[in-house]
Amino acid sequence: MKALAELYLQQFKTTLATMFQYRAALLIWMIGQVLEPLIYLIVWSIVSKASGGSIGDYTTTDFASYFIVLMLVNQFSYTWIMYEFEYRIREGILSFALLKPVHPIHSDIADNVSSKIITLPAMTLIAIALAFGFHATISPPLWAIALFIPVLLLAFLLRFLLEWTLAQAAFWTTRISAINQTYFVLMLFLSGQLAPLTLLPVPVQIAANILPFQWMIGFPVELLLGRLTPVEAITGLGAQLGWIVGGYVLLRLVWRYGVRNYSAVGQ
Amino acid sequence: MNYFRLLAAFFRVSVTTELAYRLNFVWQLFQTLLSLGVSLAGLGIIFSYTDSLGGWRPDEILALVGVYFLVGGLIGLFIQPAMEQFIESVRDGSLDFALTKPEDSQLLVSIRQVDIWRLIDIILGIVVLIVALVRLGEKVGLLQAGAFVLMLIAGGIIVYSFFLILATLSFWLVRVENILTIFQSMYEAGRWPISLYPGWLRYGLTFVIPVAFATTVPAEALTGRLNWYTLLGAVALAILLFAASRAFWQFGLRRYSGASA
Repeated sequence: MKALAELYLQQFKTTLATMFQYRAALLIWMIGQVLEPLIYLIVWSIVSKASGGSIGDYTTTDFASYFIVLMLVNQFSYTWIMYEFEYRIREGILSFALLKPVHPIHSDIADNVSSKIITLPAMTLIAIALAFGFHATISPPLWAIALFIPVLLLAFLLRFLLEWTLAQAAFWTTRISAINQTYFVLMLFLSGQLAPLTLLPVPVQIAANILPFQWMIGFPVELLLGRLTPVEAITGLGAQLGWIVGGYVLLRLVWRYGVRNYSAVGQ
Repeated sequence: MNYFRLLAAFFRVSVTTELAYRLNFVWQLFQTLLSLGVSLAGLGIIFSYTDSLGGWRPDEILALVGVYFLVGGLIGLFIQPAMEQFIESVRDGSLDFALTKPEDSQLLVSIRQVDIWRLIDIILGIVVLIVALVRLGEKVGLLQAGAFVLMLIAGGIIVYSFFLILATLSFWLVRVENILTIFQSMYEAGRWPISLYPGWLRYGLTFVIPVAFATTVPAEALTGRLNWYTLLGAVALAILLFAASRAFWQFGLRRYSGASA
Protein backbone atom coordinates (compact mmCIF):
# COMPACT_ATOMS: atom_id res chain seq x y z
CA MET A 1 0.00 0.00 0.00
CA LYS A 2 2.83 2.35 0.92
CA ALA A 3 4.64 1.51 -2.29
CA LEU A 4 1.51 2.28 -4.26
CA ALA A 5 1.12 5.66 -2.55
CA GLU A 6 4.70 6.49 -3.46
CA LEU A 7 4.06 5.49 -7.04
CA TYR A 8 1.04 7.78 -7.22
CA LEU A 9 3.00 10.68 -5.73
CA GLN A 10 5.86 10.19 -8.16
CA GLN A 11 3.49 9.97 -11.12
CA PHE A 12 1.81 13.20 -9.98
CA LYS A 13 5.14 14.98 -10.07
CA THR A 14 6.10 13.56 -13.45
CA THR A 15 2.77 14.42 -15.01
CA LEU A 16 2.78 17.95 -13.62
CA ALA A 17 6.25 18.51 -15.07
CA THR A 18 5.17 17.14 -18.47
CA MET A 19 2.00 19.21 -18.49
CA PHE A 20 3.94 22.43 -17.97
CA GLN A 21 6.27 21.38 -20.74
CA TYR A 22 3.36 21.01 -23.17
CA ARG A 23 1.32 24.06 -22.18
CA ALA A 24 0.30 24.85 -25.75
CA ALA A 25 -0.96 21.32 -26.38
CA LEU A 26 -2.96 21.48 -23.17
CA LEU A 27 -4.51 24.79 -24.18
CA ILE A 28 -5.53 23.50 -27.61
CA TRP A 29 -7.02 20.38 -26.02
CA MET A 30 -9.04 22.55 -23.64
CA ILE A 31 -10.34 24.74 -26.45
CA GLY A 32 -11.79 21.61 -28.01
CA GLN A 33 -13.32 20.52 -24.70
CA VAL A 34 -15.05 23.90 -24.36
CA LEU A 35 -16.05 24.39 -27.96
CA GLU A 36 -18.17 21.27 -28.46
CA PRO A 37 -20.64 21.80 -25.60
CA LEU A 38 -20.63 25.51 -26.38
CA ILE A 39 -21.75 24.89 -29.96
CA TYR A 40 -24.62 22.66 -28.83
CA LEU A 41 -25.52 25.21 -26.15
CA ILE A 42 -25.81 27.92 -28.80
CA VAL A 43 -27.68 25.77 -31.31
CA TRP A 44 -30.24 24.52 -28.77
CA SER A 45 -30.70 28.02 -27.32
CA ILE A 46 -31.55 29.32 -30.78
CA VAL A 47 -33.96 26.45 -31.43
CA SER A 48 -35.56 27.04 -28.04
CA LYS A 49 -35.96 30.79 -28.64
CA ALA A 50 -37.47 30.13 -32.06
CA SER A 51 -40.10 27.82 -30.59
CA GLY A 52 -41.31 30.25 -27.93
CA GLY A 53 -38.70 29.99 -25.19
CA SER A 54 -38.69 26.29 -24.35
CA ILE A 55 -38.50 22.75 -25.74
CA GLY A 56 -39.96 19.93 -23.69
CA ASP A 57 -39.15 20.84 -20.10
CA TYR A 58 -36.05 22.85 -21.01
CA THR A 59 -36.21 26.65 -21.23
CA THR A 60 -33.54 28.62 -23.11
CA THR A 61 -31.53 29.27 -19.94
CA ASP A 62 -31.97 25.63 -18.87
CA PHE A 63 -30.11 24.63 -22.02
CA ALA A 64 -27.30 26.99 -21.05
CA SER A 65 -27.11 25.51 -17.53
CA TYR A 66 -27.26 21.98 -18.93
CA PHE A 67 -24.38 22.35 -21.35
CA ILE A 68 -22.19 24.37 -18.97
CA VAL A 69 -22.52 21.73 -16.24
CA LEU A 70 -21.97 19.07 -18.90
CA MET A 71 -18.74 20.79 -19.92
CA LEU A 72 -17.45 20.47 -16.35
CA VAL A 73 -18.64 16.89 -15.83
CA ASN A 74 -17.07 15.90 -19.14
CA GLN A 75 -13.81 17.59 -18.22
CA PHE A 76 -13.86 15.78 -14.89
CA SER A 77 -14.37 12.32 -16.37
CA TYR A 78 -12.55 12.30 -19.73
CA THR A 79 -9.50 10.16 -20.43
CA TRP A 80 -7.11 10.08 -23.39
CA ILE A 81 -6.04 6.55 -22.70
CA MET A 82 -7.43 5.26 -25.99
CA TYR A 83 -4.92 7.27 -28.00
CA GLU A 84 -2.16 6.62 -25.52
CA PHE A 85 -2.51 2.86 -25.42
CA GLU A 86 -2.36 2.41 -29.16
CA TYR A 87 0.88 4.39 -29.24
CA ARG A 88 2.33 2.31 -26.39
CA ILE A 89 1.64 -0.96 -28.15
CA ARG A 90 2.68 0.25 -31.58
CA GLU A 91 6.00 1.61 -30.30
CA GLY A 92 6.61 -1.21 -27.83
CA ILE A 93 6.70 1.15 -24.85
CA LEU A 94 4.28 -1.11 -23.00
CA SER A 95 7.15 -3.52 -22.42
CA PHE A 96 8.66 -1.15 -19.84
CA ALA A 97 5.38 -0.84 -17.97
CA LEU A 98 5.04 -4.63 -17.88
CA LEU A 99 8.44 -4.97 -16.23
CA LYS A 100 7.31 -2.95 -13.23
CA PRO A 101 5.92 -4.86 -10.27
CA VAL A 102 2.60 -2.96 -10.28
CA HIS A 103 -0.34 -3.03 -12.65
CA PRO A 104 0.09 -0.30 -15.30
CA ILE A 105 -3.41 1.04 -14.60
CA HIS A 106 -2.13 2.75 -11.44
CA SER A 107 0.23 5.11 -13.18
CA ASP A 108 -2.54 5.87 -15.70
CA ILE A 109 -4.97 6.82 -12.95
CA ALA A 110 -2.36 9.01 -11.26
CA ASP A 111 -1.50 10.60 -14.60
CA ASN A 112 -5.15 11.29 -15.41
CA VAL A 113 -5.94 12.77 -12.00
CA SER A 114 -2.92 15.06 -11.99
CA SER A 115 -3.70 16.40 -15.46
CA LYS A 116 -7.14 17.34 -14.15
CA ILE A 117 -5.75 19.13 -11.14
CA ILE A 118 -4.25 21.56 -13.64
CA THR A 119 -7.12 21.83 -16.11
CA LEU A 120 -10.12 21.90 -13.76
CA PRO A 121 -9.50 25.34 -12.19
CA ALA A 122 -9.18 26.88 -15.65
CA MET A 123 -12.30 25.07 -16.85
CA THR A 124 -14.24 26.23 -13.79
CA LEU A 125 -13.32 29.84 -14.56
CA ILE A 126 -14.43 29.40 -18.17
CA ALA A 127 -17.69 27.81 -16.99
CA ILE A 128 -18.37 30.69 -14.58
CA ALA A 129 -17.72 33.24 -17.33
CA LEU A 130 -20.06 31.37 -19.68
CA ALA A 131 -22.70 31.07 -16.95
CA PHE A 132 -22.68 34.86 -16.60
CA GLY A 133 -22.74 35.36 -20.36
CA PHE A 134 -25.69 33.02 -20.92
CA HIS A 135 -27.52 33.82 -17.63
CA ALA A 136 -27.32 30.20 -16.55
CA THR A 137 -28.35 29.32 -13.02
CA ILE A 138 -28.74 26.10 -11.08
CA SER A 139 -30.77 25.57 -7.93
CA PRO A 140 -30.53 21.90 -6.93
CA PRO A 141 -31.94 20.64 -3.62
CA LEU A 142 -29.37 20.03 -0.90
CA TRP A 143 -29.55 16.24 -1.09
CA ALA A 144 -28.74 16.41 -4.80
CA ILE A 145 -25.63 18.49 -4.13
CA ALA A 146 -24.52 16.01 -1.47
CA LEU A 147 -25.10 13.07 -3.78
CA PHE A 148 -23.42 14.81 -6.72
CA ILE A 149 -19.89 14.36 -5.35
CA PRO A 150 -19.97 10.54 -5.09
CA VAL A 151 -21.93 10.31 -8.36
CA LEU A 152 -19.28 12.39 -10.12
CA LEU A 153 -16.48 10.23 -8.73
CA LEU A 154 -18.30 7.07 -9.79
CA ALA A 155 -18.85 8.56 -13.25
CA PHE A 156 -15.12 9.15 -13.51
CA LEU A 157 -14.32 5.63 -12.32
CA LEU A 158 -16.81 4.06 -14.72
CA ARG A 159 -15.54 6.01 -17.71
CA PHE A 160 -11.96 5.23 -16.79
CA LEU A 161 -12.59 1.48 -16.49
CA LEU A 162 -14.55 1.39 -19.71
CA GLU A 163 -12.13 3.40 -21.80
CA TRP A 164 -9.11 1.61 -20.37
CA THR A 165 -10.71 -1.70 -21.36
CA LEU A 166 -11.62 -0.41 -24.81
CA ALA A 167 -8.08 0.91 -25.29
CA GLN A 168 -6.84 -2.66 -25.10
CA ALA A 169 -8.43 -3.36 -28.44
CA ALA A 170 -5.00 -2.21 -29.62
CA PHE A 171 -3.67 -5.62 -28.58
CA TRP A 172 -5.63 -7.22 -31.39
CA THR A 173 -5.98 -4.61 -34.12
CA THR A 174 -4.22 -1.53 -35.46
CA ARG A 175 -7.51 0.05 -36.62
CA ILE A 176 -7.94 1.92 -33.39
CA SER A 177 -9.15 5.20 -34.83
CA ALA A 178 -12.23 3.48 -36.33
CA ILE A 179 -13.05 1.87 -32.98
CA ASN A 180 -12.53 5.15 -31.13
CA GLN A 181 -14.72 7.04 -33.55
CA THR A 182 -17.52 4.50 -33.18
CA TYR A 183 -17.24 4.84 -29.41
CA PHE A 184 -17.39 8.65 -29.60
CA VAL A 185 -20.48 8.53 -31.78
CA LEU A 186 -22.28 6.28 -29.29
CA MET A 187 -21.11 8.59 -26.54
CA LEU A 188 -22.39 11.68 -28.35
CA PHE A 189 -25.92 10.35 -28.80
CA LEU A 190 -26.35 8.17 -25.71
CA SER A 191 -24.57 10.14 -22.99
CA GLY A 192 -26.45 13.42 -23.35
CA GLN A 193 -23.64 15.34 -25.07
CA LEU A 194 -25.73 16.14 -28.15
CA ALA A 195 -28.89 17.07 -26.28
CA PRO A 196 -30.63 16.29 -22.99
CA LEU A 197 -31.72 12.67 -23.36
CA THR A 198 -35.39 13.45 -22.75
CA LEU A 199 -35.43 15.38 -26.05
CA LEU A 200 -34.19 12.41 -28.09
CA PRO A 201 -36.46 9.81 -29.74
CA VAL A 202 -37.81 7.15 -27.38
CA PRO A 203 -35.75 4.22 -28.81
CA VAL A 204 -32.57 6.25 -28.19
CA GLN A 205 -33.68 6.91 -24.62
CA ILE A 206 -34.30 3.21 -24.01
CA ALA A 207 -30.88 2.33 -25.41
CA ALA A 208 -29.35 5.03 -23.22
CA ASN A 209 -30.94 3.55 -20.11
CA ILE A 210 -29.55 0.12 -20.84
CA LEU A 211 -26.05 1.15 -21.94
CA PRO A 212 -23.38 2.70 -19.68
CA PHE A 213 -22.92 6.03 -21.49
CA GLN A 214 -25.47 8.27 -19.79
CA TRP A 215 -24.31 7.17 -16.34
CA MET A 216 -20.92 8.72 -17.12
CA ILE A 217 -22.19 12.17 -18.18
CA GLY A 218 -25.90 12.85 -18.54
CA PHE A 219 -26.89 11.44 -15.15
CA PRO A 220 -24.52 13.57 -13.00
CA VAL A 221 -25.48 16.64 -15.03
CA GLU A 222 -29.22 16.16 -14.55
CA LEU A 223 -28.67 15.43 -10.86
CA LEU A 224 -26.87 18.73 -10.29
CA LEU A 225 -29.51 20.61 -12.27
CA GLY A 226 -32.09 19.30 -9.77
CA ARG A 227 -34.04 17.48 -12.47
CA LEU A 228 -34.12 14.05 -10.81
CA THR A 229 -36.39 12.67 -8.13
CA PRO A 230 -34.67 10.88 -5.20
CA VAL A 231 -35.83 7.54 -6.64
CA GLU A 232 -34.34 8.32 -10.05
CA ALA A 233 -31.10 9.41 -8.38
CA ILE A 234 -30.81 6.16 -6.41
CA THR A 235 -31.63 4.10 -9.50
CA GLY A 236 -28.90 5.95 -11.37
CA LEU A 237 -26.43 5.34 -8.58
CA GLY A 238 -27.31 1.63 -8.73
CA ALA A 239 -26.75 1.61 -12.50
CA GLN A 240 -23.36 3.25 -12.01
CA LEU A 241 -22.30 0.69 -9.41
CA GLY A 242 -23.56 -2.20 -11.52
CA TRP A 243 -21.65 -1.00 -14.57
CA ILE A 244 -18.52 -0.41 -12.53
CA VAL A 245 -18.56 -4.02 -11.32
CA GLY A 246 -19.21 -5.21 -14.87
CA GLY A 247 -16.49 -2.93 -16.22
CA TYR A 248 -14.00 -4.19 -13.65
CA VAL A 249 -14.63 -7.84 -14.49
CA LEU A 250 -14.34 -7.07 -18.19
CA LEU A 251 -11.11 -5.17 -17.66
CA ARG A 252 -9.48 -8.06 -15.79
CA LEU A 253 -10.57 -10.49 -18.45
CA VAL A 254 -9.50 -8.45 -21.45
CA TRP A 255 -6.18 -7.54 -19.84
CA ARG A 256 -5.37 -11.18 -19.15
CA TYR A 257 -5.91 -12.28 -22.72
CA GLY A 258 -4.59 -9.06 -24.24
CA VAL A 259 -1.21 -9.18 -22.54
CA ARG A 260 -0.74 -12.75 -23.75
CA ASN A 261 -1.39 -11.52 -27.22
CA TYR A 262 1.21 -8.80 -26.96
CA SER A 263 4.54 -9.39 -28.58
CA ALA A 264 6.74 -6.35 -28.10
CA VAL A 265 7.21 -4.30 -31.22
CA GLY A 266 9.91 -1.69 -31.61
CA GLN A 267 13.33 -1.64 -30.10
CA MET B 1 1.48 24.65 -65.38
CA ASN B 2 4.58 23.31 -63.75
CA TYR B 3 2.64 23.26 -60.50
CA PHE B 4 0.03 20.87 -61.86
CA ARG B 5 2.59 18.58 -63.45
CA LEU B 6 4.42 18.28 -60.12
CA LEU B 7 1.19 17.82 -58.23
CA ALA B 8 0.16 15.04 -60.60
CA ALA B 9 3.52 13.36 -60.11
CA PHE B 10 3.32 13.45 -56.32
CA PHE B 11 -0.27 12.29 -56.50
CA ARG B 12 0.72 9.31 -58.64
CA VAL B 13 3.43 8.35 -56.16
CA SER B 14 0.95 8.51 -53.26
CA VAL B 15 -1.59 6.41 -55.13
CA THR B 16 0.99 3.74 -55.92
CA THR B 17 2.17 3.63 -52.31
CA GLU B 18 -1.30 3.62 -50.80
CA LEU B 19 -2.70 0.96 -53.11
CA ALA B 20 -0.57 -1.50 -51.19
CA TYR B 21 -2.83 -0.76 -48.22
CA ARG B 22 -6.19 -1.11 -49.89
CA LEU B 23 -8.00 -1.92 -46.69
CA ASN B 24 -7.41 1.70 -45.64
CA PHE B 25 -10.03 2.63 -48.22
CA VAL B 26 -12.70 0.62 -46.39
CA TRP B 27 -11.75 2.14 -43.04
CA GLN B 28 -11.75 5.70 -44.32
CA LEU B 29 -15.10 5.06 -45.98
CA PHE B 30 -16.46 3.69 -42.70
CA GLN B 31 -15.22 6.68 -40.72
CA THR B 32 -16.48 9.25 -43.20
CA LEU B 33 -19.90 7.59 -43.41
CA LEU B 34 -20.08 7.47 -39.62
CA SER B 35 -19.19 11.14 -39.35
CA LEU B 36 -21.73 12.04 -42.02
CA GLY B 37 -24.36 9.91 -40.31
CA VAL B 38 -23.76 11.77 -37.05
CA SER B 39 -24.20 15.11 -38.80
CA LEU B 40 -27.43 14.07 -40.47
CA ALA B 41 -28.90 12.41 -37.37
CA GLY B 42 -28.04 15.48 -35.29
CA LEU B 43 -29.74 17.71 -37.85
CA GLY B 44 -32.72 15.37 -37.88
CA ILE B 45 -33.15 15.72 -34.13
CA ILE B 46 -32.74 19.50 -34.14
CA PHE B 47 -35.08 20.04 -37.08
CA SER B 48 -37.73 17.87 -35.44
CA TYR B 49 -38.18 20.81 -33.05
CA THR B 50 -37.90 23.72 -35.47
CA ASP B 51 -38.08 24.39 -39.21
CA SER B 52 -35.35 27.00 -39.46
CA LEU B 53 -32.12 27.64 -37.62
CA GLY B 54 -31.07 31.27 -37.48
CA GLY B 55 -32.86 31.83 -40.80
CA TRP B 56 -31.37 28.74 -42.48
CA ARG B 57 -33.84 26.11 -43.67
CA PRO B 58 -33.01 22.37 -43.38
CA ASP B 59 -31.95 21.99 -47.01
CA GLU B 60 -29.69 25.02 -46.77
CA ILE B 61 -28.01 23.58 -43.66
CA LEU B 62 -27.68 20.32 -45.62
CA ALA B 63 -25.80 22.26 -48.30
CA LEU B 64 -23.55 23.63 -45.56
CA VAL B 65 -22.86 20.07 -44.34
CA GLY B 66 -21.89 19.17 -47.92
CA VAL B 67 -19.48 22.12 -48.04
CA TYR B 68 -18.13 21.13 -44.62
CA PHE B 69 -17.21 17.66 -45.85
CA LEU B 70 -15.96 18.88 -49.23
CA VAL B 71 -13.63 21.51 -47.74
CA GLY B 72 -12.64 19.27 -44.82
CA GLY B 73 -11.68 16.62 -47.38
CA LEU B 74 -9.64 19.11 -49.42
CA ILE B 75 -7.76 20.22 -46.30
CA GLY B 76 -7.17 16.59 -45.27
CA LEU B 77 -6.11 15.61 -48.78
CA PHE B 78 -3.57 18.36 -49.50
CA ILE B 79 -2.93 20.94 -46.82
CA GLN B 80 -2.81 19.00 -43.56
CA PRO B 81 -0.50 16.12 -44.60
CA ALA B 82 1.88 18.43 -46.44
CA MET B 83 2.18 20.83 -43.52
CA GLU B 84 2.60 18.01 -41.01
CA GLN B 85 5.38 16.53 -43.07
CA PHE B 86 7.01 19.93 -43.47
CA ILE B 87 7.05 20.54 -39.69
CA GLU B 88 8.54 17.09 -39.17
CA SER B 89 11.18 17.78 -41.82
CA VAL B 90 12.30 20.96 -40.07
CA ARG B 91 12.73 18.98 -36.88
CA ASP B 92 14.75 16.13 -38.37
CA GLY B 93 16.56 18.21 -40.97
CA SER B 94 15.24 16.44 -44.05
CA LEU B 95 13.98 19.78 -45.35
CA ASP B 96 17.48 20.05 -46.85
CA PHE B 97 16.42 17.70 -49.63
CA ALA B 98 13.50 19.92 -50.63
CA LEU B 99 15.64 23.06 -50.54
CA THR B 100 18.27 21.67 -52.87
CA LYS B 101 15.75 20.83 -55.60
CA PRO B 102 15.57 23.25 -58.55
CA GLU B 103 11.99 24.23 -57.78
CA ASP B 104 10.34 26.75 -55.51
CA SER B 105 10.67 25.40 -51.97
CA GLN B 106 7.28 26.61 -50.75
CA LEU B 107 5.61 24.93 -53.72
CA LEU B 108 7.49 21.68 -53.05
CA VAL B 109 6.68 21.39 -49.37
CA SER B 110 3.05 22.26 -50.07
CA ILE B 111 2.40 19.40 -52.47
CA ARG B 112 4.83 16.59 -51.84
CA GLN B 113 2.53 14.75 -49.42
CA VAL B 114 -1.13 13.88 -50.05
CA ASP B 115 -3.55 11.61 -48.20
CA ILE B 116 -5.52 10.13 -51.09
CA TRP B 117 -8.19 8.39 -49.00
CA ARG B 118 -9.60 11.77 -48.02
CA LEU B 119 -10.94 11.88 -51.58
CA ILE B 120 -13.84 9.94 -50.06
CA ASP B 121 -14.78 12.95 -47.95
CA ILE B 122 -14.68 15.14 -51.04
CA ILE B 123 -16.87 12.79 -53.07
CA LEU B 124 -19.41 12.31 -50.27
CA GLY B 125 -19.42 16.07 -49.65
CA ILE B 126 -20.24 16.67 -53.30
CA VAL B 127 -23.00 14.05 -53.19
CA VAL B 128 -24.58 15.73 -50.15
CA LEU B 129 -24.22 19.09 -51.85
CA ILE B 130 -25.97 17.84 -54.99
CA VAL B 131 -28.81 16.31 -52.97
CA ALA B 132 -29.23 19.60 -51.11
CA LEU B 133 -29.18 21.58 -54.38
CA VAL B 134 -31.80 19.37 -56.00
CA ARG B 135 -34.05 19.82 -52.99
CA LEU B 136 -33.49 23.56 -52.98
CA GLY B 137 -34.76 23.58 -56.58
CA GLU B 138 -34.39 26.37 -59.07
CA LYS B 139 -33.30 28.96 -56.53
CA VAL B 140 -29.66 28.34 -57.30
CA GLY B 141 -28.81 30.33 -60.42
CA LEU B 142 -25.66 30.66 -62.48
CA LEU B 143 -24.63 33.73 -60.48
CA GLN B 144 -24.79 31.82 -57.18
CA ALA B 145 -22.89 28.87 -58.63
CA GLY B 146 -20.16 31.20 -59.89
CA ALA B 147 -19.94 32.99 -56.53
CA PHE B 148 -19.79 29.60 -54.80
CA VAL B 149 -16.81 28.41 -56.83
CA LEU B 150 -15.05 31.74 -56.34
CA MET B 151 -15.61 31.63 -52.57
CA LEU B 152 -14.47 28.00 -52.43
CA ILE B 153 -11.19 28.99 -54.09
CA ALA B 154 -10.78 32.07 -51.87
CA GLY B 155 -11.55 29.99 -48.77
CA GLY B 156 -9.04 27.34 -49.84
CA ILE B 157 -6.31 29.95 -50.32
CA ILE B 158 -7.10 31.56 -46.95
CA VAL B 159 -6.95 28.22 -45.11
CA TYR B 160 -3.75 27.22 -46.93
CA SER B 161 -2.06 30.54 -46.07
CA PHE B 162 -3.18 30.20 -42.46
CA PHE B 163 -1.70 26.69 -42.23
CA LEU B 164 1.51 27.84 -43.91
CA ILE B 165 1.96 30.70 -41.44
CA LEU B 166 1.45 28.33 -38.48
CA ALA B 167 3.80 25.74 -39.97
CA THR B 168 6.46 28.35 -40.75
CA LEU B 169 6.62 29.07 -37.02
CA SER B 170 8.47 25.76 -36.74
CA PHE B 171 11.62 27.51 -38.01
CA TRP B 172 11.71 29.24 -34.62
CA LEU B 173 9.86 26.90 -32.29
CA VAL B 174 10.77 23.50 -33.81
CA ARG B 175 8.15 21.55 -31.85
CA VAL B 176 4.85 22.85 -33.19
CA GLU B 177 3.08 19.71 -34.50
CA ASN B 178 0.24 20.37 -32.08
CA ILE B 179 -0.37 23.81 -33.48
CA LEU B 180 -2.15 22.44 -36.54
CA THR B 181 -4.77 20.67 -34.44
CA ILE B 182 -6.07 24.07 -33.37
CA PHE B 183 -7.66 24.44 -36.78
CA GLN B 184 -9.14 20.95 -36.66
CA SER B 185 -10.82 21.48 -33.31
CA MET B 186 -12.17 24.87 -34.40
CA TYR B 187 -13.29 23.46 -37.76
CA GLU B 188 -16.03 21.54 -35.90
CA ALA B 189 -17.72 24.90 -35.42
CA GLY B 190 -18.00 25.21 -39.21
CA ARG B 191 -20.72 22.54 -39.30
CA TRP B 192 -23.13 25.34 -38.39
CA PRO B 193 -23.59 28.81 -39.90
CA ILE B 194 -21.13 31.16 -38.22
CA SER B 195 -23.91 33.74 -37.90
CA LEU B 196 -25.46 31.65 -35.10
CA TYR B 197 -22.59 32.35 -32.76
CA PRO B 198 -22.25 35.31 -30.37
CA GLY B 199 -20.06 38.20 -31.56
CA TRP B 200 -16.73 37.29 -29.96
CA LEU B 201 -16.85 33.72 -31.25
CA ARG B 202 -17.95 34.90 -34.71
CA TYR B 203 -15.01 37.29 -34.96
CA GLY B 204 -12.64 34.63 -33.67
CA LEU B 205 -13.84 32.14 -36.27
CA THR B 206 -13.59 34.73 -39.04
CA PHE B 207 -10.40 36.66 -38.39
CA VAL B 208 -8.30 34.66 -35.90
CA ILE B 209 -8.93 31.13 -37.19
CA PRO B 210 -10.58 31.51 -40.60
CA VAL B 211 -13.18 28.73 -40.37
CA ALA B 212 -15.93 31.05 -41.62
CA PHE B 213 -14.27 31.46 -45.01
CA ALA B 214 -13.87 27.71 -45.37
CA THR B 215 -17.51 26.67 -44.87
CA THR B 216 -20.08 29.36 -44.10
CA VAL B 217 -19.09 31.86 -46.78
CA PRO B 218 -19.20 29.36 -49.70
CA ALA B 219 -22.52 28.01 -48.39
CA GLU B 220 -23.84 31.58 -48.15
CA ALA B 221 -22.82 32.15 -51.75
CA LEU B 222 -24.72 29.05 -52.83
CA THR B 223 -27.90 29.94 -50.96
CA GLY B 224 -27.91 33.55 -52.19
CA ARG B 225 -27.07 35.15 -48.84
CA LEU B 226 -23.76 36.66 -49.82
CA ASN B 227 -23.47 40.42 -50.21
CA TRP B 228 -20.86 42.12 -52.35
CA TYR B 229 -18.87 43.30 -49.34
CA THR B 230 -18.25 39.79 -48.06
CA LEU B 231 -17.46 38.54 -51.56
CA LEU B 232 -14.91 41.26 -52.27
CA GLY B 233 -13.61 41.07 -48.70
CA ALA B 234 -12.97 37.32 -49.02
CA VAL B 235 -11.14 37.76 -52.32
CA ALA B 236 -9.05 40.64 -50.91
CA LEU B 237 -8.22 38.66 -47.77
CA ALA B 238 -7.21 35.63 -49.83
CA ILE B 239 -4.76 37.72 -51.90
CA LEU B 240 -3.44 39.57 -48.87
CA LEU B 241 -3.00 36.50 -46.69
CA PHE B 242 -1.35 34.56 -49.50
CA ALA B 243 1.18 37.35 -50.03
CA ALA B 244 1.76 37.65 -46.29
CA SER B 245 2.29 33.91 -45.82
CA ARG B 246 4.69 33.86 -48.78
CA ALA B 247 6.71 36.72 -47.29
CA PHE B 248 6.69 35.06 -43.87
CA TRP B 249 7.84 31.79 -45.41
CA GLN B 250 10.82 33.45 -47.09
CA PHE B 251 11.65 35.31 -43.91
CA GLY B 252 11.50 32.07 -41.90
CA LEU B 253 13.53 30.13 -44.44
CA ARG B 254 16.52 32.38 -43.73
CA ARG B 255 16.43 31.12 -40.14
CA TYR B 256 16.70 27.50 -41.21
CA SER B 257 20.16 26.05 -40.78
CA GLY B 258 19.46 22.33 -41.09
CA ALA B 259 19.40 19.84 -38.26
CA SER B 260 21.09 16.78 -39.70
CA ALA B 261 24.58 18.11 -40.38
